[in-house]
Amino acid sequence: MRSLILRASARLLFTLMLLFAFFLLWRGHNEPGGGFVGGLVAAAAFILIAIADGPAAARTAVRVDPRNMIAVGLLVAIASGAIALFDREPVLTAQWDTVHLLGLPEFTVGTPLMFDIGVFIVVLGVTLTIILALAEE
Amino acid sequence: MGVAVLSVFALAGAAPWLHRFGRGRTGWLLALLPAMLAVYFATFGNRIADGESISLSYRWIPSLGVSLSFYLDGLSLLFTLLITGIGALILIYAGGYMAGRSDLGSFYAFLLLFMGSMLGLVLADNVITLFVFWEMTSISSYLLIGFDHNRAESRAAALQALLVTNAGGLAMLAGLILLSQVGGSPEISLLKTQADAIQADDLYLPILLLILAGAFTKSAQFPFHFWLPGAMAAPTPVSAYLHSATMVKAGVYLLARFSPILGGTDAWTGIVTVTGTVTMLVGGGVALYQTDLKRILAYSTVSALGTLVLLLGQGTTVAATGAMAFLLAHALYKGALFMIAGSVDHETGTRDVDRLGGLRRAMPVTAAAAALAAISMAGFGPVFSFIGKELLNEAVLETETARTVLVLAALLGSAMFVAAAGLTGVRPFVGVTRATPKPAHEAPMSMWLGPALLATLSVILGVAPGAVERVIVIPAAGAVLGTPPDLHLALWHGFNPALTMSVVSVTAGIGLYFGWTALRRATPWMNVALTWGPARIYGWSLRAIGVVARTQTLLLQNGRLRVYLMVTIVAAIGLSAFTLVSKDSLHGIGSWSNLRFYQVGLAVVMLLAALYATVTTSRLAAVAALSVVGYGVALIYVWFGAPDLAMTQFMVETLTVILFVLVFYHLPRLRSLSGSLSRARDIAIALAAGGFMTALVLAASAGRGQSRLASYYAEESVPGGHGQNVVNVILVDFRALDTLGEITVLSVAAFGVFALLRLRPTGKERRTARIVGSPATDRRNQPPPERPAVEMPAPHDMRGDDV
Repeated sequence: MRSLILRASARLLFTLMLLFAFFLLWRGHNEPGGGFVGGLVAAAAFILIAIADGPAAARTAVRVDPRNMIAVGLLVAIASGAIALFDREPVLTAQWDTVHLLGLPEFTVGTPLMFDIGVFIVVLGVTLTIILALAEE
Repeated sequence: MGVAVLSVFALAGAAPWLHRFGRGRTGWLLALLPAMLAVYFATFGNRIADGESISLSYRWIPSLGVSLSFYLDGLSLLFTLLITGIGALILIYAGGYMAGRSDLGSFYAFLLLFMGSMLGLVLADNVITLFVFWEMTSISSYLLIGFDHNRAESRAAALQALLVTNAGGLAMLAGLILLSQVGGSPEISLLKTQADAIQADDLYLPILLLILAGAFTKSAQFPFHFWLPGAMAAPTPVSAYLHSATMVKAGVYLLARFSPILGGTDAWTGIVTVTGTVTMLVGGGVALYQTDLKRILAYSTVSALGTLVLLLGQGTTVAATGAMAFLLAHALYKGALFMIAGSVDHETGTRDVDRLGGLRRAMPVTAAAAALAAISMAGFGPVFSFIGKELLNEAVLETETARTVLVLAALLGSAMFVAAAGLTGVRPFVGVTRATPKPAHEAPMSMWLGPALLATLSVILGVAPGAVERVIVIPAAGAVLGTPPDLHLALWHGFNPALTMSVVSVTAGIGLYFGWTALRRATPWMNVALTWGPARIYGWSLRAIGVVARTQTLLLQNGRLRVYLMVTIVAAIGLSAFTLVSKDSLHGIGSWSNLRFYQVGLAVVMLLAALYATVTTSRLAAVAALSVVGYGVALIYVWFGAPDLAMTQFMVETLTVILFVLVFYHLPRLRSLSGSLSRARDIAIALAAGGFMTALVLAASAGRGQSRLASYYAEESVPGGHGQNVVNVILVDFRALDTLGEITVLSVAAFGVFALLRLRPTGKERRTARIVGSPATDRRNQPPPERPAVEMPAPHDMRGDDV
């Protein structure tokens, strides 16, 4: 049984939820949010599609195999930790740098954000791997 | 030096790839590196002979005092030359012996891996570095012994060698750590200066016994000798290289290396000498009851190792010099004889001495090399080993305690050695030609080059020992003794008691050789007695471990999810509650001030929901009730100012409900399956767990003021972590390693769930697998057990009475 109302609103909500997930990830360092909850919200967005249009539609929306996401996310997190090695510091020591981009106000970027992105991708991948596999049973 | 060791490992990695291009010539190609390394190490010869030593150190784990430090002195030089020189010949030999096998590339890789590990071992100065390379030789030996991994016999032999040498290796690690603590340094070169202090310490005896355990297991000393004949399951190049010339001598190396630190005491002399003597006699005696060429050689190697250990136990000038000369000589002729045994096996199809004869006609070059090697092994004539044997005789003649016993033992050991030399180097090649499984013909050049070179070398060195004496033997003995001995190696010592001993033992040995068949016929009971060796104890203990493992698994891992949960919960809360009560941590909890009415209201709702979840007969209602509890917790987070936690809790609750709904499709109707008694038990456990958690949280928050961690994180968040959100800064910066661990666990769990859902056999596959694969022969095709040992909350595991 497919509900028309759910399907129509899922389209809209999907985009909003993904945007919200990225928003949570981005602002996580200074305000409530972060990679973990962001990943969960992003996963919920795809699961909404799975409930409304079926797991196959959700897989199409994800585009990549969630299992690959897990690997990529772990690699991103480890790579962010490995950057410290180039400065001869212990693994996972946060590295910060201030960036001046043409015209934009200067801002600080650091490896913790990259680490958080890794967490985001892993959480998204793990949740989708489990739930989509179950939904396709 | 570091680069030299590293280059071998690099070549090991590249070997399979090189083999694709090199094909039949790969062995020759790969041999270039060890040959060059041999020349490289030889260039240090003059400096070593002048009493210098070369050392080099890289930082590795400075916080633990572990450095990758290398040290080249006479003893290391002797071993590096053996490892690289014989290694080059073995690589060439392996190319001929294993020609045409598709897995030859990985064989080269394992062989080079071993070579690199062995080089690292004999060059290491740091005890931890030494241990790491020591274990790496065990592991590469395991890979090489079990190279024919399709044969159960090879696998068992490989495992046996690994278990025996690793058990000793672990003991040695403990000994080395104690030693470096007592001696105040992990560097062997520095420990040497502390020898007196170490020998006076209370821990001296434990250190000695632990390190000897490592040396004796590695060098196949009685009663650990049984793994070496078993290791003959390895392809012959491996036996020639690891199990005669190099790896089994690692224990001897260890004794020689630590002799200036631990040696010279009564305990050392007693234990090492007795072990060596017993091993020498047992090995020599058992060798004569074998008919397989390789097994005769293996037991005679055990005997030779015993002789070396005996000499190092004596530790006198003559004994140490004799040990080094004997070691060099033994590596030359035993390596040659093993390769010859392999060639005979390869070209005739059998290694049984009783079925071989007259091969000199078909294999003239091999026969010539065999004759030289046999003379060398017998140790009589213008060969280098004669010098070693004379020094052995002199050493036992000059001992003070138990001289008669040692002299007789040396005579008997030498005689049996001579007989074994004749059996392996002479007997297959003389007499009438016998029919062999394959028509015999000469081995290819790659296979006779190694033995011929080694055999010739032992003659050249015997006639002109001057070169090796100055550069190798005397500096090596110097490293064992502390100061270079003032001795000269020469074939002719004049008529003296040592020469008399040689003549007597060779005569007796020749007698044994001719009376061999008669001896075996006269003592048939020996063959039965030999099956009652220490290998039996190994077998028993292996079976005992299996029984214990099975019993405790049946006890603890019985496959019932409910029991697992119960054991885990009861154990966890029991132990923690004990600590909580005994440390009086419950004091001062239970102040109910500041409680708002809406908080009480939420608590009541959550309690009612939890109660409802336990009594409802509808699954959906139970899940909904549980999520009420979850959302209630999230609400509490919001009230107490933890928005991050609240957000995550909301998301997790939502996804949990979705997960449950998906699982419902696959579940049978909810039924009550347990009796009232077990229900009462479950209620008690559940209430205890809940009550305990409540008390724990209250106790934790009551003692919160003492923690400096919270304020530290709060203060350091902005300056140290560049973030306002303390929770997130902790997660991704301060404690990022924890988070990395958690996401790794999550990933593994996801793949576990995926595997259980997708990769389990369907009903049809299960049935066929059960018919085809019997449990003993094919474990891979076995269906998963009805109750898997590790249960994941996947739907198909939740059927039945565990729901």
